[in-house]
Amino acid sequence: MSSLISLKNDVASVASDNWTLVKLPESQVEERKQAGKVVLFKLTGEQTVTEAQVANTVIPETGNVIVPLSVFIARQQALKTRIAQGEIGVWLATHELLETLTQAQADLNHLPFIAIFVERFADGRIFSLGNLLRTRYGFKNELRAFGDVLRDQLFFLKRSGFTSFVIRADRSAQDAIASLNDFTQPYQGAVDEPRPVFKRYNRGA
Amino acid sequence: MYQYDEIDQQIVDERVAQYRDQTRRYLAGELTEDEFRPLRLQNGLYIQRQAPMLRIAVPYGMLSSKQLRKLGDIAKKYDKGYGHFSTRQNLQLNWPRLEDTPDILAELATVQMHAIQTSGNCIRNITTDQFVGIAPDEVIDPRAMAEIMRQWSTFHPEFALLPRKFKIAVSGTKEDRAVCQAHDIGLEFYRDANNQIAIKVWVGGGLGRTPILGTVIREHLEWQHALTYSEAIIRVYNLHGRRDNIYKARIKILVKALGIDEFRSQVEAEWAHLKNNENTITETELARVAKHFDAMPYETLAAQNADFDAAVASNPAFAAWVKRCVHPHKQAGYRAVTLSLKPHGSAPGDITSEQMWAVADLADAYSFGELRSSHEQNLILADVKLSDLYPLWEKARANGLATPNIGLLTDIICCPGGDFCSLANAKSIPIAEAIQMQFDNLDYLHDIGELELNISGCMNACGHHHVGHIGILGVDKDGSEWYQVTIGGKQGNDASIGNVIGPSFSADEMPNVVQKLIEVYLKERTADERFIDTVRRLGIAPFKAHVYSPKETNTEVTA
Repeated sequence: MSSLISLKNDVASVASDNWTLVKLPESQVEERKQAGKVVLFKLTGEQTVTEAQVANTVIPETGNVIVPLSVFIARQQALKTRIAQGEIGVWLATHELLETLTQAQADLNHLPFIAIFVERFADGRIFSLGNLLRTRYGFKNELRAFGDVLRDQLFFLKRSGFTSFVIRADRSAQDAIASLNDFTQPYQGAVDEPRPVFKRYNRGA
Repeated sequence: MYQYDEIDQQIVDERVAQYRDQTRRYLAGELTEDEFRPLRLQNGLYIQRQAPMLRIAVPYGMLSSKQLRKLGDIAKKYDKGYGHFSTRQNLQLNWPRLEDTPDILAELATVQMHAIQTSGNCIRNITTDQFVGIAPDEVIDPRAMAEIMRQWSTFHPEFALLPRKFKIAVSGTKEDRAVCQAHDIGLEFYRDANNQIAIKVWVGGGLGRTPILGTVIREHLEWQHALTYSEAIIRVYNLHGRRDNIYKARIKILVKALGIDEFRSQVEAEWAHLKNNENTITETELARVAKHFDAMPYETLAAQNADFDAAVASNPAFAAWVKRCVHPHKQAGYRAVTLSLKPHGSAPGDITSEQMWAVADLADAYSFGELRSSHEQNLILADVKLSDLYPLWEKARANGLATPNIGLLTDIICCPGGDFCSLANAKSIPIAEAIQMQFDNLDYLHDIGELELNISGCMNACGHHHVGHIGILGVDKDGSEWYQVTIGGKQGNDASIGNVIGPSFSADEMPNVVQKLIEVYLKERTADERFIDTVRRLGIAPFKAHVYSPKETNTEVTA
């Protein structure tokens, strides 16, 4: 059974996955903490991608693949043809900066697919990233959440602009679908419905 | 007060269903303890020392008599017949069974109540002044805005899992009583030069382990932009706040690290994109919500009442209560009344089911069926006629709710502490009780005058000890419970953080330590000077000298 939930025209279903996830090889370098003003708050405790990791990443020759942001940036030229053919998607970890991606790829809609990896359930940065990709950078294609994704995030992820979700392997994607509809009329405007309830529903004068 | 429409009701009903299923999955082993934790916390359920604790939201402190009656019923049916009002104006039940919590929430939903976001790393209950709407010094009644913000923050999808908890306070008075400067965001409403409603926005305040008073991030914000500007602040925080260290995860740490100027420029850059988007508040929506907070149908009354004046003149006990527990009102002939939940020798903020029912009856009889909870952990009947004060006092007294100690030393703000809370380093309730008994003489208490004494059982500071004129903090030293004392803290427009007077004390010493602080004050005070004024004038030195005076040192100190 697939772990992928796909949302199309507001209808969710368990779907088969046509995308191959490319991970970075394990780092041989001891984890170090970056210092520096903004960086301190951005990356404290989070692993830095090494040049060796980027160089040693193996990308399948054919088919649809999702590559890490660092690899995408390093091999953008080499992947040019495949990017043009719509075979290349990019994934980011929640501590990575969207600006890093947009500097390399000004029009994100040349990418058929962006995914955000959330390492821990409690990491709510994923919601802001989804929101920014949709509202700030105008990304219109498939936006996927994967990692520690459980059903109780789905409603928030959907509202933050995500359209597909890879449920953690030990849980049922089929069961999780129900949570996409936990609430019928949310109060505030968000990505999926920009109007708050007071602008879309007559609550009386 | 605000009444739910079908939209509000549907959301709380759907929440009950969602939480019932989450609890079912947890009990069935489909969710691990770690996975259930953030879910139950966002619904106010803690797992405590003895039992779970359920924190029920009282949005900006407003309650109806019907709601309070239901809370009394719930405490009776699912708990041990009492509840505890917290410093966030919420009600906590200390002994519910986890299995019962979905049913409790379903019962709450029948009276338009819930426990949504009363805990967890999300936007918490929005708090305000307990005299909102009736205070003579109020410029703007911020309740409509608080309700609009309550709705906006409820299940806000982008801010569901922040680095840490996030507290917002609103205030619309000249003298801030909502502790705006001790909040992640404090919104101070005022009328600008064009007589329009505007907001002074404070950011990055908070107590806890690292007490910091907030900084003004924007002097003037038009009310229409309250939501989008808050979104800009919280987005910067959500993306850049630390998540690796729970003690450095509040927004105040980010603001301090970046500096207010850099933080402000990031927020303004973000807001440039959000300003005027769909979450901008409309006149229509403000008017719709504000209607729920229209002035009560007051009678036209004289400013004075002869029977009331006679009762004050002839009955010293009544007069003492009036002096401490009755507050001015913007409507002639009306007063606000604080019902003290601080009788000497019992846990501050605790209230039995019977008392809740009694207060509900009093609210129906004398105050339009509404009441408020305060962050000082008392209940307020906001709209009482002068002529009703005497019968109200008699009934309140019969129910143990008329201790004339509001604003005095025994009106202690106190967290549940080590008796209940698993975070606590030390007990706080027995300290409060012992101090209350030490100062049980009412004449002496009144002579000491206005004094705020706040106790927290750990540095999370739920008892707001940093802003107490006298603050007491429970600390753990080698596995035993000790108490650190600060003086000179204060809430309000001239808020300050208290200074530690020296090494900490054992529980037994605490009443005497407070006694000595008071002795210095009584000796040194000038006419009309409050304790806090004397501390500010003299500094901590004379207080420290007397408390730690060698000849007075209790030999048990070294035990």
